[in-house]
Amino acid sequence: MTAHDHDHDHPHEPIGSDGEPPAAARARALEELLVEKGVLTREAVRQRIDWLVSRSPADGARLVAHAWVDPEFKRRLLADARTAAAELGLDTGPSPEVVAVENTDQVHHMVVCTLCSCYPRALLGPPPAWYKSLPYRSRAVSEPRAVLAEFGVELDPGVEVRVLDSTADVRYLVVPTRPAGTEGLSEDELAALVTRDSMIGVAGPREPLSASA
Amino acid sequence: MQDRGGVPTSEPIDRTEHELDDWELLTDALVGALGAGGIMNVDERAAYYERWLFSIETNLIEKGILAPGELEARL
Amino acid sequence: MRFALGQQVRVSDRPHAGHCRTPGYVKGKTGTVERVHGSFTNPETRAYGADGLPEQPLYGVVFAQRDVWPVYAGPAGDRVVVDVYEHWLEKA
Repeated sequence: MTAHDHDHDHPHEPIGSDGEPPAAARARALEELLVEKGVLTREAVRQRIDWLVSRSPADGARLVAHAWVDPEFKRRLLADARTAAAELGLDTGPSPEVVAVENTDQVHHMVVCTLCSCYPRALLGPPPAWYKSLPYRSRAVSEPRAVLAEFGVELDPGVEVRVLDSTADVRYLVVPTRPAGTEGLSEDELAALVTRDSMIGVAGPREPLSASA
Repeated sequence: MQDRGGVPTSEPIDRTEHELDDWELLTDALVGALGAGGIMNVDERAAYYERWLFSIETNLIEKGILAPGELEARL
Repeated sequence: MRFALGQQVRVSDRPHAGHCRTPGYVKGKTGTVERVHGSFTNPETRAYGADGLPEQPLYGVVFAQRDVWPVYAGPAGDRVVVDVYEHWLEKA
């Protein structure tokens, strides 16, 4: 595997004398053994890695942007996300069910998996470390407004905060509210405003750049 | 799985972004490939990357696919 | 399907042995069915190498946060939705 650059301030496994965590060697050895025994093929593992690294929030953002410009599509997306996504050539992934929910002036949705870290990876890419963390998983259900405040989101008490706990085979995608002042934007420009965090429900979408820029 | 909803905690939510290490990606891929092959499913896993890896090993030993100590011998 | 959209249901308050997908914080609590997701293989038997059949219906059950937590700091309108399998639900 190639080395990678990134900031090393985040927690890693303890570094062994050869500069990598012990689990790294175990993972490679396990793959070798499983391939030798014919349990898996190396190609199947490589394909899976390729799929994982291909995942980002881009597909989710496309769904949201299209829903923003086409209210009938939005209706279909909220009714049956897998079928609606297929209209755009997008795959909602291997989860048995994906449900899209819409944020409005009255309701703000926020997604968590308190039992593990279930996440609509096909549409959003890998889940961020904080989403998988014990404090997020515990506090998102019991004190969502405090968690939202930490993420910089303050909601009026009159807005319903609705937390979705993906405890089973259903994955949730939040369709954030379309920002004001975006009437003239193309779908691609709209998709660029839709962030991963806004589709989890811990942030709003980006605001458009001012027209005078 | 750990049932964490509402468990009191004073630990802050660390929002540092973290790219996956190669071995974490590999472990994730092994989990997915084993699931797709019908050998293991999502509910047989315990938790995240390092813990997933150890649970995979335990499962395979229980199923007789790996012998105890066989993985250690390969390190 | 035992339960219908809009029906009030109570999450069974029984201990579980082994793998369970019903979180403790809603056990014994009463909510309303707001989605009927369809049937899925049972994760509790899937967890031990079985095929998880027969499939179990899965419901999205909405709870008022103030009904779930002894002290909930947010407004009365806040909600939490949990996906619960039929064998963990009772008529309320």
